This record gives sequence, structure tokens and C-alpha cells, in this order.
Amino acid sequence: MISSSLGVWNYWVVFLLMMIGLFLVIGRKNLLKKIVGLTIFQTSVFLLYITFGKIQGGTAPILNNINNTIYSNPLPHVLILTAIVVGVATTALGLSLVLRINSEYGSIEEDDISAQDLVDYHDLIETNKNVSVKFKK
Amino acid sequence: MTDIIIKNLPILVVICPLMMSLIVVLIPYNFLSWVITLSTTFITFIFSLLLYQEVYLHTSISYALGNWAPPLGIEYVIDKVSIVPIIIISLISFITTIFSSKIMPAEINSSSISKVYSLWLLAIAGLIGLVTTGDAFNLFVFLEISSLASVALVAMGGQKDKQGLVAAYNYLVLGAVGATLYVIGVGLLYGITGTLNLADLSKRIAEINDNKALIAGFGFMIIGIMVKAAVFPLHIWLPRAYAYAPSAVSVLLAATATKASLYILARILFSVFDISDTLIINTLQYVILPLSILAMFAGTIMAIFEKDIKRLLAHSSIAQIGYITLAFAIGTKASVAAGFIHLFNHALIKGALFMAITSMSFYINKRITINNLSGLGREMPITFVCFVICSLSLAGIPLTAGFISKLYIIKASISADGIWIAMLILASSALSVVYLWKMIEALWFHEGPKNLLIKENSLVYIPLLIITFLNIYFGLDASLVVNSSFEASEQLLGARK
Amino acid sequence: MISLETYILITILSPLIVFLVTPLLSRNPNLRDLLGPLGGVISSYGAIEIMNAVLEGKIPKLDVLDIADGIKIGFEVTPLGAIFGLVASVLWIFAAIYSVGYMRGNQEKNQTRFYTFYAMAVHAALCIAYSGDLLTLFIFYEVLTFSTYPLVAHKQNELAQKAGRLYMSILVGSSVIFLLPAIICVWVLTGSLDMSKNGVLEGNLNPEYAPYLLAMFAFGIGKAALIPIHKWLPAAMVAPTPVSALLHAVAVVKAGVFTMLLILTNVFGIDFLSKTGASTWLIWLASFTLLITSIIAIYKDDIKARLAYSTISQLSYITLGGALASAMATQGAVLHIVTHAAGKITLFFVAGAIYVGAKMSKISELNGHGKSMPLIFLAFFIGSLSIIGVPPMAGSWSKFFLMLGAAESGHLFVLVVFSISTILNAYYLMEIPARAFFLKKDREIKVKMPTLITIPIICTCFLTIILFFAMEPFQKLTSIMVN
Repeated sequence: MISSSLGVWNYWVVFLLMMIGLFLVIGRKNLLKKIVGLTIFQTSVFLLYITFGKIQGGTAPILNNINNTIYSNPLPHVLILTAIVVGVATTALGLSLVLRINSEYGSIEEDDISAQDLVDYHDLIETNKNVSVKFKK
Repeated sequence: MTDIIIKNLPILVVICPLMMSLIVVLIPYNFLSWVITLSTTFITFIFSLLLYQEVYLHTSISYALGNWAPPLGIEYVIDKVSIVPIIIISLISFITTIFSSKIMPAEINSSSISKVYSLWLLAIAGLIGLVTTGDAFNLFVFLEISSLASVALVAMGGQKDKQGLVAAYNYLVLGAVGATLYVIGVGLLYGITGTLNLADLSKRIAEINDNKALIAGFGFMIIGIMVKAAVFPLHIWLPRAYAYAPSAVSVLLAATATKASLYILARILFSVFDISDTLIINTLQYVILPLSILAMFAGTIMAIFEKDIKRLLAHSSIAQIGYITLAFAIGTKASVAAGFIHLFNHALIKGALFMAITSMSFYINKRITINNLSGLGREMPITFVCFVICSLSLAGIPLTAGFISKLYIIKASISADGIWIAMLILASSALSVVYLWKMIEALWFHEGPKNLLIKENSLVYIPLLIITFLNIYFGLDASLVVNSSFEASEQLLGARK
Repeated sequence: MISLETYILITILSPLIVFLVTPLLSRNPNLRDLLGPLGGVISSYGAIEIMNAVLEGKIPKLDVLDIADGIKIGFEVTPLGAIFGLVASVLWIFAAIYSVGYMRGNQEKNQTRFYTFYAMAVHAALCIAYSGDLLTLFIFYEVLTFSTYPLVAHKQNELAQKAGRLYMSILVGSSVIFLLPAIICVWVLTGSLDMSKNGVLEGNLNPEYAPYLLAMFAFGIGKAALIPIHKWLPAAMVAPTPVSALLHAVAVVKAGVFTMLLILTNVFGIDFLSKTGASTWLIWLASFTLLITSIIAIYKDDIKARLAYSTISQLSYITLGGALASAMATQGAVLHIVTHAAGKITLFFVAGAIYVGAKMSKISELNGHGKSMPLIFLAFFIGSLSIIGVPPMAGSWSKFFLMLGAAESGHLFVLVVFSISTILNAYYLMEIPARAFFLKKDREIKVKMPTLITIPIICTCFLTIILFFAMEPFQKLTSIMVN
């Protein structure tokens, strides 16, 4: 039992990273930490795919001229490259949003932001004021 | 020349907006970028009509990308099922682009408008790619393309109201979590079956019995898609995203974004997996059905108490998505067809309602709340009449498109011995009249704002009139929608039996 | 030779055309106000021809629009529909003339909007009368609700807004939550939305479930004002009196009981009902509504409120007649549609006349003013006699048939209910002319009665007397219906 569960230790790491990542996304109030959590979560998925692709005794899936080489499955590697790119785009977008939020709200803590939003919402409904930000020309 | 176009239509309908989006971002003149966007969406719409003709006159199209044959290569599948969301997305994007010409400059910096149109086309390309692709990982790629483009579009709302930035951020994080869950699901399925092609997956899954990894993979995929489709309770990102996005973007997203994901949900539930499998039956009955009923009531009740009108409409969208998933959850051919009918009709209804509210806020240059709606109906008669007709459509009143979809959903649930489900659907319909009537009363009863001269702008009300007309037309002559949906449902469910 | 289909079109399209043309004539009040009575004359002509055709045994049919597979908008005239169509079109003439007098006399605002939606409501009522299947019926039932909303909320003040909300929530709620699923149940059970002379549910519905389906229909048809779905009627009295007169005494409520009778005879079928006893509970509920609302009417001081509760009570006569599941009672119920419409419209006309002419709306204020408005109160007296059921007024015929039907069906306690309510009717209705003629005046008032109000009152009053002698064609139609 011990050897079989140690033999799949990859999956334990994946599981651990996935849970850490999800916890950061959900449990932390700082916007930047959420993005960090998201990245960790996505990384765990990469490890999952690569683990699937590994074949016992297989080497890196790069063609060489030696006969009878056993290669690991190249398809998951390709999928992961795509997913990494998507992850980079997501992180970039997220970080730029955090920058903008910081300049508008002055803080990147979710509590402060929600508090400001609540005040604005009440102003809008109660006093019928137009509280929008004007264009920055 | 036309031969080449027809042969490559499945990919053209995705590539056209994709390529044009790259060109539009480089153009410094706003009017020119709008014209190019308009022509691109128009051409995409024509292509989708040609595809409709192809699918109904001949047969389903399976297009191999780069001539690499499936199941190893990526294939694009246009059949009677996928043509429905393709038509919806291309039609709505075209009409919304006409609408956006006057609305965009009012809310977005003139230096950013070209970039917004570029993101616009990117989002449309992503959504169409999402529904045409027949490969599970390619689906993830398009899911992310459309998501990220939508997030960026929503974030543009931050120029007018900083809450748009927070809404975009939440949309981003939740959407990315959802997409990653989907990818985990795909990975697990790939690990078991060894293929990524959807059609091939369905064949191989049928041969596998009792595999825990299969159930896990299925679960991850479904939950991931449900985040994107805003099924209760994974809908949290939707109200603020639609409320604080730039108005034209709200119209586009409200009418199309969730529809594509709902289609993917139907595909996975019914086509990739077998409807007679206990896994699917249990999921439908114990997970999706109760969640849909909760969605219907939660969405409607939140909308009744909401004072900001765009948020109100967004909450009502959640309830309507509940109807569609409920129709899918009942699981008979008639109910899945009813789900597709509502998929189409709701796009028309919500698009029109958001357009009407947007026009109002455009004319009075303020954010619309229940308080400053007073009397606007008298000042803008055309917009008001369209608003009333589309509200009646949302509530499911006869002679409008919304009634047809209600009729078929109720009929399908009564035929499946679900009279209680039918009563619940009708109860939430009746509840939705409450918030609709509150808005109509406010628009009509009270005195309008003083000293306001409102002259309705034709470029703003003509798209609204077109969609309202479509609402009434499909309420009186629904044969096209009904037949297409029944054909789609037949193809989706019938392939197995 | 005009074909039958064209007559259907004439009758139905005439109010629709009035609806479309009236907004265009808002600058020319005289021309605009002429459209209503003109439309009524044309509709009545069409309705009379249709009734003659049905009397000869023909069935006028017209399919208008195919919406999708199996669902369509189509018209098919049943004897019941022919009667209702005639009642609505003829009374529209008088109501249109009356509303001109009322609106001008009261100097009401937004008259063009009023006439526009008035015509739309009549159009919806006629489409309900001639509807050929359940879906067409439902569609125009809803159209009727929505087109009467601007009329109920006409005054656009706080009271009108509240009343409008109650009106819409009860009617839309009941029809969406109960009527629509009931119709779809019939669709699923029988495979189509058609109705037929002897009912379509025989053999398709387990008799155990019949009372429940009937309950869904009964509570879904909110316009028939069974307790507890009756509150909208007194609330709708905030509308100007022409609305109360035509719509809430003739078109809207008659559409409700028409639908009820149609469901009882052409969907369930009299034989199926009597065999399964599915409508026995409805007999009790209708009797209860009848008596309670009559008692409530006694305590109401506002004329229109009293008439409203009286209307609810009279509607329950019709529902009761249908629920008794006997041929005679159903005939009585149908005839009651005609006689009650003529009588009640007279009473409502008088209530409005008193308001316009003398600015009074409470019964306690009426003491001794009979001398200043003799014709009006005489008309009220005659109309009340019809409602109470005294010969030679029309109402006596329908009462007679209803009582025969009660005896025939074996539910003898219904006879007791009828008798008690007749006494109650006499009490609360006769109070008004009695106060006017026999009590002393307690103050002086100035009376200014427009002629356009007096003429329709006299006409409908005569109608109640004439109908006593002219009941035969209606009676023949009802016997075609039940045999």
C-alpha cells in the first residue's frame, strides 16, 4: 500500500498545489495574492498533464536517431505549452487590472474596495447622484 | 473562388473576425474601425447563413483543420446542433455592432475605441470558435480567447465607472478557475481514453464501464463549463460584469456569451456522454435540476429587490439561464429542443432589453436606477414601446417569442410527468412580471424629468426596432426556430439510441 | 355573397381597425369619437350574420396563422361563441356612445389613449368569442388583460396605480400559473389543442384527476371571479365608468365565464362531468361565492362597489349553471350571459350618469333626487328588475332555466341558494331607486346630464325588456349547443 501510494506521489503534489492555489484564490482578500493562487492552481494542472504523459522508461519526446527509443507521450507536453501561454495571458491581464484598481481605489484589499463600492452604490440609489468617473483625456 | 469559400466556411467563420481584429487594432480612425467591424460581422453572419443552408440541404460538415484527419487532427464540426448557436452569435453581434456606433463614443475614450472594436471582434471569434470546434482542448483555447477578450471589454467600463475594473477582475479570476477545472477534466478523460476529439471521446467512453477517473473527469468538465455558463451558484461574476461593462458590451455579452457555454454543456452531457448512462441521469436529476430551480427563483427574487436596472437585468439573465438548464435537465428530446428554443429567444429578448435600457441612459447621460426611470417612457415613445414588448416577451406573454419557448418547456415537462416542475417554472414567470411591471410603471406613470429635450437617435433605435420586430416575428411564426431546435435535439440525443 | 369567413373577419377586424385609426385622429375629437359607434355597428352586422349562419347549423371557420407544428391562431364559431360575439358587439355600440358623453362631461384627459385601448379590448373579447382552439383562446385572453390595464389605470394617480397592480397581479398570476398549464395538460393528454362539442377529455383523462384539472381551470380563469380570485373586480372600479360598464360588466367578465363554460362543455363535456362528478366541488364554491358576495354588496355604500360585488355574484350564477352538468342548467347559464350583460350595463351606465350629472357616488347621498333625474332612476329600476329576475324583464328567462336545471340535476339545495340570493338582490338593488323616489331630499343639487349619456341608458333599458320577447334565437342556439 505504501509503495503504491508513494508510486503516485506526483499526484499528491498535484493535489497539494491545486488545493493551495484554490485556497489562495478563495481565502485571501488581497487581489495580488489571488492571482498568485490562480497561477499556482494552473501550475498544478500542468504537472497533472505531464504526469499523464510520462511512460515508464520513456525519455523526452524529442526525435533522435537511435532505434527503439521509448518516448514519453508528446501530446500532453504540447497541450501544456498552450495552457502555459493561456496562463501567462491571464496573469498579465490580471496584473494590469490590479494596477488600474490600485490607481482608482488606492488599495488592493478586497475589503477596502467593497466598502468604497457599497458607499458609491448607496449614493447612486439614495441621492440619485451620478457618481461615475469622468474620462481621463 | 466561391467554391473555395464554401469548402472552407467552417474555418472562415472563425478566422474572419480573428484576422480582422488584428487589423482593426492598428487603425487610428474610429469611424473606419467601426465600419470594418460592421462589415466583418455582416460577412460572418452571411457565412453562418450559408452554413445553415449547407447543413440543412446536405449534411453535417466535418472540417479537418490543416487537412490533418481527425481523430488525431483538430476538426471543426458544423451540424444541426452547432448551427443554432452560430446563427445566434453572428446575428446578435451584427445587430449590436450597428447599435454600438453611437453608444461607444459616449462611454469610452476616443483613443481607445479602435482597441475596443479589436477586442470586440476577438471575443466574437472566440465564441464562434467555441461552438464550432470538435476538439476538447481546442475548446479550452477558444473558451479562454473569448473569456479574456470579454474580461478586457468589461474592464473598459472602468473608464466611466471604476466598479467595472473590480467586476472585470472577478470575472477574470472566476473564469480562469472555471476554465482550469475544465482542463483538469479534459486531462482526466484524455488519460483514460487517449483521445481529445469529441466524437471519438463519445465512442471510447461508451466502451468504458465503471471508472472513477471517468466520473471525476466528467465532474470537473461540467463544473468548469457551469462557471462559464453562469449556472447558480457559480454565477457570482455575472451581475457586476454585465452591469458595469460599457453598455454596448453588456448587450453583446448578455445575449451571446453564456449561450455558447450552455451549448457546450448540452454537447458534453448528451453527445460526449450517453444519456442513458446512470452517471448522466443522476447528474441531471440531482445536480442540474435542483440548481436550475434555485437559479430561477434566486435570479428573479434578486431582480425584484435590485434598484440598479442593469444589475436587475443581469439577475434576470441568471433566472433565464436556469430555464435553459432546467430544460436540458429534464432530458427528453422535447425538453432539449425547448432548451434550444429558449437559447435562441432569450438572446433576442435580453439583447433588446439591454439595448433599450442603454438607450435610456444614453439620452439622459446617467446610470439608470429605478428612481430616475420616472417618466422617461413618455419622453421616448419608441424606446418605451420596444421595452414594453420585450418585457412582455421576457415574461412569456402570448404573441411574443418568449411565450413560444415557455410553451414548449412547459409542454416538455408535463409530458415527462413533471407537473410540479411546470408549476415552478410558471410561478417564477409570474414573479418576473413583478420587476418588469415595476419598471414599466415607473416609466409611464410619473412625470418625466423637467427641462429635458430628448430626440431619439435613429442609429440607436433602429437596431432596437429590428430586434423587437424579430421578437414579435418569432412569436407569430415560430416554425423556423421550433423546427431547427427539434432537429438539433434529434441529432444530439438520437445518435445514441 | 359574402362568405362566412369574411363575416368573421368583419366582426373581428372592425375593432382592430378602430384601434389603429383612433390615434391618428387625435386632433379631430368629433371624427375620432364617431369611430367607436361606427365600429360597433359594423361588428354587430357581422355578428348577426354569423349568428344566423350558426342557427342554420353551419360552423364558420377561419385559420389565420400557423405559428409552429400543431399550434395556430384559428377561429371557429360555436353557438356559445356566436352569442357572446353578438352581445359584445351590440353593447359596444351603446358603450361607445356613452363613453363619448361621459368623457366629455367629465372633461377627462388622455381620451385618445382611452378610445384606442377600448377598441383593442373589444377586439380581444371578440377574438375570444370566436376562438377555434385553446391556444387562440389563451392568447386573446392575455391580450384582453393587457389591453385593459391602461384603461383601469387611466387616471394615473396613486389609487389607479395600486388598483392597476392588483388587477394585473391577480389576472396575470392566475392565468399564467393555473390556466396555461391546464391548457398544456389538455394538449399533452389529447395530443392537440382543439375542442369539440362533447368534450375531448373522455377516455383521455383518468376520472380521478378530473376534479384537479377542473380546479386548475377554475382558478386559472380569473376573469370569472370565483372566490378567492375575485378581488380584482372591485379594485378595477377606480376606472372611469365606461370601462366598468362595458369591460367589467360585459367584455372582461363575460370572457371569463364564456371561457369557463367553453371548458366545461367543449373540453370536459357535460356527460363526462355528470358521470365523474368532477364539478361537484365547483357547485359548492360557486354557491358560496354567490351568497357571500351578495351579502357583502349590501354593506357597500359606493354605487360602483355595490354593483361590482353584484357582478361577481351574477357571474357565479353562470359558473354554477355550468358546474351543475345538466343540459338545462347550461342553457340557463348561457342565456344569463345575455340577460345579465344587458341589465348590468344599464346599471353601470346609471351609476356613471349620477357621477357625471350630479357628482355623486354614494348611495346614502341619493335620497330624494329621483325627481331631478327621473329617466335615469327609472332605467335603474327596470335594470334591477331584470337582474332580480322579475318578468317581463329578460333576466327572468335565464333564472327560470337555471332553476329548472338545478332541479334536473338533482342538486336541490341550489334552488335554495337561488331563492336566498334573489331576495338579497332585491334588497341591495332596490335600495337605490327606493331612496331616490321615496325618501326626502336632504340637500339641493344641480343636475347637468349630457344627452349622449341618457340615450344609451334608455336603449339598453329597452333591450332588457325586448330581450324577454326576443329570447328565441338565443334559446335555439343553446339547445344546439347541448344536444
